[in-house]
Amino acid sequence: MTTLNVPVTQRDHAKGPANAPVTLVEYGDYECPHCGLAHPIVKLIHQHFGQRLRFVFRHFPLGQAHPNAESAAQTAEFAGAHGKFWEMHDSLYGNQDRLGLPLYLALAGILELPELELRNALVEGTYVPKVRADFLSGVRSGVNGTPCFFINGVRHDGTYALEDLGAAIEQQLRVSVPI
Amino acid sequence: MAQILTAGTPAPDFTLHVTPDQLLTLGDLKGKPMILAFYPADWSPVCGDQVALYNEILPEFRKHGAELLGLSVDGVWCHAAFARDRRLHFPLLSDFEPKGAVARSYGAYREREGVCERALFVLDRNGVIFWSYCSPIAVNPGADGILDALERMEKQESKDDNAQRSGHAA
Repeated sequence: MTTLNVPVTQRDHAKGPANAPVTLVEYGDYECPHCGLAHPIVKLIHQHFGQRLRFVFRHFPLGQAHPNAESAAQTAEFAGAHGKFWEMHDSLYGNQDRLGLPLYLALAGILELPELELRNALVEGTYVPKVRADFLSGVRSGVNGTPCFFINGVRHDGTYALEDLGAAIEQQLRVSVPI
Repeated sequence: MAQILTAGTPAPDFTLHVTPDQLLTLGDLKGKPMILAFYPADWSPVCGDQVALYNEILPEFRKHGAELLGLSVDGVWCHAAFARDRRLHFPLLSDFEPKGAVARSYGAYREREGVCERALFVLDRNGVIFWSYCSPIAVNPGADGILDALERMEKQESKDDNAQRSGHAA
């Protein structure tokens, strides 16, 4: 059984109550087509489970395979530093086939984030350490590709199809909420 | 699953093609920790597969001074095309003729399918197996086991060093 060995903390981007019975952690890459396919599924899962689920996203950019993955992750972190992580996260997945500086600047404009500051942050690598820390936490937890999900700290080895992921979360709910 | 060689066993030596016109001999690489990653085939259809993952984690392996070799039964030209396509920064060795002979010597060959197991070996500086792991064929084993092994090996080496030094002092 492969388990998450870096616990969820304040540094993470989390959606949903901290005391939710189930925490779903995703390691993802903005340029990975499978992560792109998983993105709307995760949204449906979150809608379905509501307050019973906390969702956490960590970066796992496969930069050799996906040349824009790293800069996209840094852009999301920049937005996060301005309180708009999830807006940027959704926008990046929504425009997965157009990743690159022109898109990041356009999205920053739409989200009313300072574009010049974003450009500087990307040039200076301000968010490189955070993205790298996420990546390494994934490596040490046995992330073996993207997207990689952990449900209450245990790696989900099934597929990211709605039924599979949903059933695995249901099962955790049954375990964690005694009837 | 095959019975792979375990810790404490000297790693069987081999000489295999690393490019169409170059050979690589494991014994020549003594003095460095080595990671041998046997895998079933090039061109697996998922992104972030085992080989792509190790390519990303390579800097972490190298922090421990370790070198990584990938091994499968694919031919040299196949490896060359695959390595170029995935921008791989570590060598892929061709266990092609006689097919799977090296994998067999490590107990990491699947007779029925005619491919290597997903088997990992971490060798110490003297070419002795320090850690090995065989993953179910459909499960990418990730890299956490390799990094744990490299860390434990480093700790043990520095302990041995200290013991040797205090031995001399006494």
